[in-house]
Amino acid sequence: MPKRMETLVLHDSSTPVFGDIQKGGSVVLASSDTLFELVNQPLNQARANALWPLTFGLACCAIEMMSTVASRFDLARFGSEAFRATPRQADVMIIAGRLSKKMAPVLRQIYDQMPEPKWVISMGACASSGGVYNNYAIVQGADQVVPVDVYVPGCPPSPDALMYGVIKLQNKIKHQNIFKNKSMSIIELKPRTQEEVKA
Amino acid sequence: MSFEVLRDVAKPIIAGFGITARRLASEKVTIQYPEERREQFVRTRWRHVLTRYDSGLERCIGCSLCAGACPARCIYVQAAENTNEDRRSPGERYAERYEINMLRCIFCGYCQEACPTGAIVLRKDFELANYEREDFIYTKEMLLEPIRR
Repeated sequence: MPKRMETLVLHDSSTPVFGDIQKGGSVVLASSDTLFELVNQPLNQARANALWPLTFGLACCAIEMMSTVASRFDLARFGSEAFRATPRQADVMIIAGRLSKKMAPVLRQIYDQMPEPKWVISMGACASSGGVYNNYAIVQGADQVVPVDVYVPGCPPSPDALMYGVIKLQNKIKHQNIFKNKSMSIIELKPRTQEEVKA
Repeated sequence: MSFEVLRDVAKPIIAGFGITARRLASEKVTIQYPEERREQFVRTRWRHVLTRYDSGLERCIGCSLCAGACPARCIYVQAAENTNEDRRSPGERYAERYEINMLRCIFCGYCQEACPTGAIVLRKDFELANYEREDFIYTKEMLLEPIRR
């Protein structure tokens, strides 16, 4: 991923090439690490303002997700109206609805097929924690399968609540370090022994 | 290029943009969300609030009926005895700990229906999204209404 940034050149000592910075606006450069911020900020701005969600509705939350993109609420104002039907072209996965144990491997595979950088919004009570479905069929929280960035509570969350979650995700992306990959904390490379789990 | 071809190309374009021009005059349906909020419906149920009496005493008496009524089992109440020196609620007991798991909660409003004193109410603050799982355990301090002056 960082290979793209190495081709970035400054055309003199102080002026950056990105038009976005020169216009001012919301991009603020820190006094220290200026060169780093020069790479970090525009890329983060670009990523945050063009989130392409994946068309992945699992249950009733998907109805509200569809409503968010419709003209009353219009998610296109945040640059994420392009719902992609293939994970290869999407960067944010909105898990909308309860995640059954049969669906969990499918969800994981779709997540793995998405290109880096990728983010996950867990929408609704069922996707975030299981909700009322505290039974053998439902995964108790999608974060057992994929790393979740933003949780949106509600049953289902109204379109404006989901939109607030998208804004939260944008804020997170704007403050992240592009050189640090997200830790894949879910995968345990060395399985723990029974004694370590008990301790 | 003959005049007929030009006319055949231009006519549908003008007709199409005519619809756009007519739509421009009509009322806009989009709500500019972070700047303006839509008016929520009267019976909208979102974030819980533990209310107080006008005297500043808590309404909650720690009876756990809300926890019993909750279909998602997301409320935890631990009651403690009121004393005359440390009086929190008018009843015998008050809620020492009152926690709601907002991720489990389905905002059905059964807790509000079950509450005998009207302590827990669901207000219209819908902006609850957050980053960490731990942030969704709302404690009593977060839920309790501040004392009105």
